Formats: sequence, C-alpha cells, structure tokens
Amino acid sequence: MPSTSKRNGGVDSRPAHSVEPQTPPPRRGLVRWISPAVLNLERVYEQNRQRVQKKDGGKAPAGQSPVPQTKGKPRLLLMGQRRSGKSSISSVVFHKLPPQETLFLESTARIQKDSLNSFMDFQVWDFPGQIDIFDNPNFTFDMDAIFGEIGALIWVIDAQDDYLEAVARLNNTILHLQRGYPHINIEVFIHKVDGLSDDYKLDIQRDVTIRIQDELSDQGVENAPVNFHLTSIYNHSIFEAFSKVIQKLIPRLGQLEAMLTNLCRTCRFEKAYLFDVNTKIYIATDNTPEDMASYEICSDYVDVIIDFTEVYGSWKRPDEWRDKVEAAPWKQGIESQIACEWAESGMVLADQQRPIMLREVDRFLALVAIMKEGSYDKMPQVNMNVDVVVKGLIEFFEITKTKATPGVVVGALAGDGGGE
Amino acid sequence: MSDPDSTSASTPVPAGGDGGTSAQVQAQAAQLKKVKKQKVLLMGKSGSGKSSMRSIIFSNYLARDTRRLGATIDIDLSHVKFLGNLTLNLWDCGGQEAFMENYLSQQRAHVFSNVGVLIYVFDIESRDVERDLATYVNIISALVQYSREAKVFVLIHKMDLIQPMMREDVFESRAGVVRRKTAETIAMVRKQQPELTSPSGGSGGPMMMMGPGPGNYPHHPYHQNQHHPQQQSQNPPSAAPIPQLDTEMQLFATSIWDQSLYKAWASIIHDLVPNLSIIETQLASLGSAICADEILLFERTSFLVVSKWSSPHGDTNPYGDRFERMSNILKSWKHTCSKYTGTPRNAEQFSDFSYKMGANFSMFVTKFTTNTYILVCMPPGEARFNSAKLNVAAARPWFRFLDGPVIAPSSMASPSVGGTNAEQGNGNGGE
Ligand SMILES: Nc1nc2c(ncn2[C@@H]2O[C@H](COP(=O)(O)OP(=O)(O)OP(=O)(O)O)[C@@H](O)[C@H]2O)c(=O)[nH]1
Ligand SMILES: Nc1nc2c(ncn2[C@@H]2O[C@H](COP(=O)(O)OP(=O)(O)OP(=O)(O)O)[C@@H](O)[C@H]2O)c(=O)[nH]1
Ligand SMILES: [Mg+2]
Ligand SMILES: [Mg+2]
Repeated sequence: MPSTSKRNGGVDSRPAHSVEPQTPPPRRGLVRWISPAVLNLERVYEQNRQRVQKKDGGKAPAGQSPVPQTKGKPRLLLMGQRRSGKSSISSVVFHKLPPQETLFLESTARIQKDSLNSFMDFQVWDFPGQIDIFDNPNFTFDMDAIFGEIGALIWVIDAQDDYLEAVARLNNTILHLQRGYPHINIEVFIHKVDGLSDDYKLDIQRDVTIRIQDELSDQGVENAPVNFHLTSIYNHSIFEAFSKVIQKLIPRLGQLEAMLTNLCRTCRFEKAYLFDVNTKIYIATDNTPEDMASYEICSDYVDVIIDFTEVYGSWKRPDEWRDKVEAAPWKQGIESQIACEWAESGMVLADQQRPIMLREVDRFLALVAIMKEGSYDKMPQVNMNVDVVVKGLIEFFEITKTKATPGVVVGALAGDGGGE
Repeated sequence: MSDPDSTSASTPVPAGGDGGTSAQVQAQAAQLKKVKKQKVLLMGKSGSGKSSMRSIIFSNYLARDTRRLGATIDIDLSHVKFLGNLTLNLWDCGGQEAFMENYLSQQRAHVFSNVGVLIYVFDIESRDVERDLATYVNIISALVQYSREAKVFVLIHKMDLIQPMMREDVFESRAGVVRRKTAETIAMVRKQQPELTSPSGGSGGPMMMMGPGPGNYPHHPYHQNQHHPQQQSQNPPSAAPIPQLDTEMQLFATSIWDQSLYKAWASIIHDLVPNLSIIETQLASLGSAICADEILLFERTSFLVVSKWSSPHGDTNPYGDRFERMSNILKSWKHTCSKYTGTPRNAEQFSDFSYKMGANFSMFVTKFTTNTYILVCMPPGEARFNSAKLNVAAARPWFRFLDGPVIAPSSMASPSVGGTNAEQGNGNGGE
C-alpha cells in the first residue's frame, strides 16, 4: 500500500533550497488534500500492480520511490499582485477547494511549496503578492534556487482590478528572466474574467499583450516565450489554461497525441482526452481542433466518476459481502467474475444517443472519449481498441518516468516506446 | 427524441388574484380523487433565498443563475407536478415587510388555511436576528391557528457564507433559538386559544413535535438524535395530557452551493409522496432479486430522492450524505449534458450511465419510468451486471403507478393497471 501522506500533494515541508529561512507551515483553510476517491484509485492500482507482478514475475513497474524528491521536478511558479488570485488558483486546481470557499483564504505570507505526485511529479510554488523578489530591500533571493529548474512562471493578473502596476511588475520580471533564464515559459493568466463580457475580455487581453510587447521591444527583447490565457476559478477555463501550461512540459507530447489521434480514427471517436484525474488537467488530446465544450463535458464526467468512486468504492466491504458475492450461483472469485480490472464507464446522451466513455489508464490517468452518434453497438470492438491503446499509454509513461533523471525532465530514450 | 417539457413546469399566477385557489383546489381534488395536491408555503425574510431554492430544485436553475432573481412581489404561485400523482401548490411568498404584514392581516385566512407544509427560511447572514424571529413567531401563530396539522420545515440558509469550521456550531446555536421560540409560541397560542387544544388523541391540539430535527450540516460528523432536554422545560407545566403531535418541525442547514439543499427538500417531499410504502416494498423486492447493494429512485426533473433501499451490506456505507450527494451530482451532470447538447435543461439529457470499478463495485443510473431515474449499486461481476440491467428493465411495469394518478393500493399487485405512460405523457404543465 502506498503511504498516503507521501503522495497526497501536500505541502513539501522540507526546505530544498535556501529561498527563505523558515519552513512553511501546512496551509490552513484547505478542505482536503486529496479525495478518498483518488486514494482509493491508488489503492486499486497498487493491488493490480502486485497482482500483475505476481503473474509476470517482476516485470511490472516497481512502485515509486516513497520519498518525494524536490530536485528535478518541473516547477510552476505562481506570481502576481496581492489578491490577484494565486492561492485560490492553486487551491482550486490542486486541492479541489470549492471555488466559493476561496473567499476565506488568507493572504500568503511566505512562499508555499506544494509537491504534487501526479502522472508527472511537479511542484507548485505560490508566492506572496506583497513581495517583489527582484526588488526587496530586506532579503536577497537565490534566483537559481527559484528559477533553476525547467518549468513555467505563471503570472496572475486580476482583470477586475486596475492592472497597470501588475503589468509593470510583470515586464520587469520578464526582463530579469530574459537575462538569466531565457527558456522559462512565461504564462500570463488574465484572471477573474468571470462576469466580464466576451468583448471586454478580449479588449483586456489585447491591451495587456500590447503593453508587454511594446515594453519588451523597447528593451530590445524579441520573441520572449510569453503566452496569454483568460481564466477564472468559477469555470473550466483555469483547468484548460493549466492543461496548456503542463502540456508544454511533457516530454514527447507529439507521440501521445499521435496515439490518441489514431485511436479516434480506428474507433470513430469525435474527441479523446487523456486526463490527469487528480487535477482534471488534460495532458493530451487528439489532433482535431480544440473544443471547449468537449473538454467541459469530459472533465465533468471525470468529476462524476470520482464522486461515484468515493461514495461507493472507497470503503471496505465486510468479508461476508465477498463470501456472498463469490458463492453460488456464481461460484467464482470476484476477480474471475469481472471483465476489466480497471475502472471503466460508459454514458449515453439522450440527444442522438451519443455515447461517452471513460477508461482508467493508471492511478493518475484516465482516457475519456466522445463517440459518434449511434456507435453504442460497437462497444465491444471499441473496448478492444481502447485496451490496446491503454497498454501503449502505460508503457509510454513507464518509460518516461523511469528514464527521467534529476534535473532533466525529458526522458531521453531512443526508439519508439509505445507508439501505436 | 426528448420528452415534452418538464412535467414540473411552474405556472406563475398573477399575484393576489388567486382568491379562490385553495377552494378550487379542494374541489378539484375531490372531483378527480386521483392527484394528491399539497399546499406548500415558502416564507421568510426578503432575500433569504426562497425563490432561489425553488428555482434550483424545480426549474433547473444553476446556483449562479439565482443572482439574477428579483424580489418576489406578493405571492408567486406555482403548480409543481411531482411524479404522476402529486401536485405541489407552491406559494412562494415575497418576504418584504409590507407583504408579510399583509399575509398576517388581510390575507391571513387565505394564506394560512389548508396548508400542508410550511417551509420557513432564515438567512444566516441576517443582521437583525431578533426581528427575524419576531416575524417567524407571528407566522407560526397564524399557521397554528389555521392549519393545525401542517408540517413545519425550518431552513437555516446560506450556510456557505459561514467558515466551514464554524458551520456546525453556528447552525446548532441558531437552531436552538428557533426551537425555543417555536415552543414558546405554541405554548402562548394554546393559552390564548384553549379551544385549539384537544385533550386526547384525534386531530387535536397545535402541538409542535419538538423532536430533534435532522438538520446536521452534511459535512460534519455531528449526528442527529440528540435530545434537547431544555425544550421540555419550555412547555407549560400545566400541560398534563400528553398532547398529540400534530405539527412536526424539522430543521436543516442549507446552501444552494452544495448538496445540503437536496437533503432538506427530499425530506420535505418525502412524506407527501403518495403510495410511499408500496414504492418501498417494490424497491426492496427488486433489490433483493438482483442482489443489489443499494437502489435509489429519483424524480426526473428535480432529481430529489423519492425512495431508497439498501441491503444490510449497502447499509454499512459510511457516507451518510450519499443520497443528497447523488442528487446533486446527477443534477449537475444533467446540466453539463444540456450545455453540451444545446437542448433545454428540462429535457431528458442522458438515458444511461454505467460504471464498473474493477473488482470493487458496479453501478448504473438509467431512465426508469417516465417520471423517474433509478440508480443501482451492486457487487462487481459482468454477468451480475447484465442480469441486473435486464431485470430493472423488466421491473418497469411494476412501477408504472409512479407515472399515473393514484391507484387504490389494493389493486397494486397487478402490474397492468391504469395510469399508462401514454396517458400521462401529455398530462403536462398547468393543472
Ligand atoms: N471573481 C473571482 N474572484 C476570484 C477568482 N480567483 C480568486 N478570486 C478571489 O480573489 C481573492 C484573493 O485571492 P487569493 O488567492 O488569496 O489571492 P493571492 O494572489 O493569493 O493573494 P496574496 O496571497 O496576498 O498574494 C479571493 O477573495 C478569491 O475568492 C476568480 O477567478 N474570479
Ligand atoms: N451565498 C448564498 N446566497 C444565496 C443562497 N441562496 C440564495 N442566495 C442569494 O440570495 C439572493 C436573494 O435570493 P432570492 O431567492 O431572490 O430571495 P427571496 O427569499 O426569494 O426574496 P424575496 O422574493 O424578496 O422574498 C440571490 O442573489 C441569491 O443568489 C445561498 O445558499 N448562499
Ligand atoms: Mg496567496
Ligand atoms: Mg423571491
């Protein structure tokens, strides 16, 4: 059994770098670190792994190193003005805090470091808005310790507030980074756009973009890796934006996408997503055009499954229950009665009988696909194809994971490991 | 493709112009003898959230849509069709002071007679608690005067505005005050109008059942069934005969932002549903036949749990809030589907949802009768799952009475009796 406290995405309390003198305390005000559903998925995963290991004599992946490593994990830095929404974003996306409960979050006093065990281990550092690390009279920050790992800087701008100062600070930050760390992706979240009209959102985005580009080109910086996203914690946009940010950090993303594109073709899927179940970030999709509506329904589907799992699958049934289930007329162990060891689900929209399916890939990932109208009859073939792709995906991640060395995220491996 | 509009379409009636409604309703009920009608009063201070709750539960509003609701002018009357054989006459009473005074004076008899259920909503954020309680006391007095057998549900609402850690305490202290006030009011009315007290059984005196309300906040481990001995002392010592408990009161902590709303409203409609014991019996036999762990029956528009059955093992589920949670999950899933398909929210959105969690459990949620969805949770196993699905489909005719007018319980044994699907498919909308 994996130790739950180690992999629950809690605050990594060991100071890995001397960014600041104190160890950050566990954050208050968060409802839960991880849902029992996810814990349970992990437990099931572990059982499956052990079973497979027994069968195949040790070929299965060894469990992960139980100690969370700080070094070598891509790092997402959340920066921006006070109350721009950094802690809210991190709590909603990574700790499943209901958005309206962010009203109770307190202002951040020290850097909060979350270490997340996910399909890819990464860290999220939530900075206090009141501190400007480039211009601080009291403290000199170790820039290497902050920016030294490959990752992304997420700059959060409150779109409902006056953002001129935020933009000025962002410009300053970009200029600093361009000198020492030109490869860090800079992702600007134009945030709290809930309640703003579509036109107004685009106006703001245009205005912010121009202000930044003008300033940068005045300073002689061209082609800085700056991207813009319109976000809000009250809808899916924040998860979509994180998906984009994370995807840039995935080694060999193209190969993943090709696998999903292939699957869509062979199974007549309209759209397929590979989800990180824990965060509802999608880490890959097929090559059909992006479609927010499809992402939303698939992401909500994952939510429903997590809830069902928590309520009905996260507690241990009494032994008599098992005895009864395995008794006559079945007279078989539970394991022989089931068709699939992993979680799988299908749903049919009343509108044109369109099915959507979900299949667990490993303890972190699930494949979700929207199928074409009336393809419900073909479920058996579909399931077979999905099985094959899921095997390929598992291989893909085993290889990327085991080959990743500290400091380098990219699994530098030769050959075509798991492409379909 | 999808069904005609929601069977629970709400039909606003011009405010004030409904003088004859309750009389008409009675006449109709007597005439048809089929559809049970219930007058439900929804009261509380302006802005406390009455119209919001009603719109979410019965009209498929999202919680955030309620921000756009305007204050209700006088009384907004709607007829909510619930299953095939129950109509709720929902009186959403605008809570501004002028209206409240009017209900208590000019419209007193009109508003407070023939009430089946009073739902009284307190806004937890309200600044003027004393004044809220004073109004509440006046309403209870009027209710006791005109509808002695009405049930009372008190909702302490907008609990989301309280810090999660504090919710339980805040709710308990407010609930305590409301219970005390209620008891005092009853005692007072009884003293002033002793003719309302019947000394022994029968449909007697206006006595509140001061039982512990199941109002525990779902997120908290606190459990009901705590006794509140202090309430006993509120009853005048002279109340020698053990009074008949005509009027029941239950308290709930609610918020439109979580499942607590579904818990409260499922309790409210629970006792109003006709033929409940038949539904329960039939669910139980279906459940045993297919070796299920749990079965939930939902009304299709509101997704409120109409009835539930658990096997002894299913009963060991530690998630005590799972029923309202399932309502909430499935209802928001319905909204998600509607957003994706572009079809109206009250249209049928999904026909079938199945989930097999490896060797842990299997479940499915499926369209059952015209007015209901059914959720079945069972042990894992492919064969077990398939046969359960077939059996649930085969059991549909036995539940057809859910879609039709009330059938005399004695004739229930036969699955082929009246109230066919065709008949009620168009029995839609305004009664
Ligand atoms: N309307 C809206 N409000 C938001 C959104 N995200 C965050 N907020 C609100 O913004 C306020 C401040 O959020 P925090 O997350 O504490 O801000 P912060 O950037 O961490 O602030 P510091 O820790 O002081 O730097 C809270 O009241 C949130 O509820 C959003 O997407 N929309
Ligand atoms: N935070 C919070 N706000 C709520 C809740 N329920 C309702 N509201 C808000 O309260 C406001 C008033 O709600 P209404 O439902 O119009 O209030 P009402 O009781 O019908 O008011 P009158 O018609 O004037 O009697 C709306 O903006 C709702 O969004 C809740 O549970 N939590
Ligand atoms: Mg903060
Ligand atoms: Mg209203």
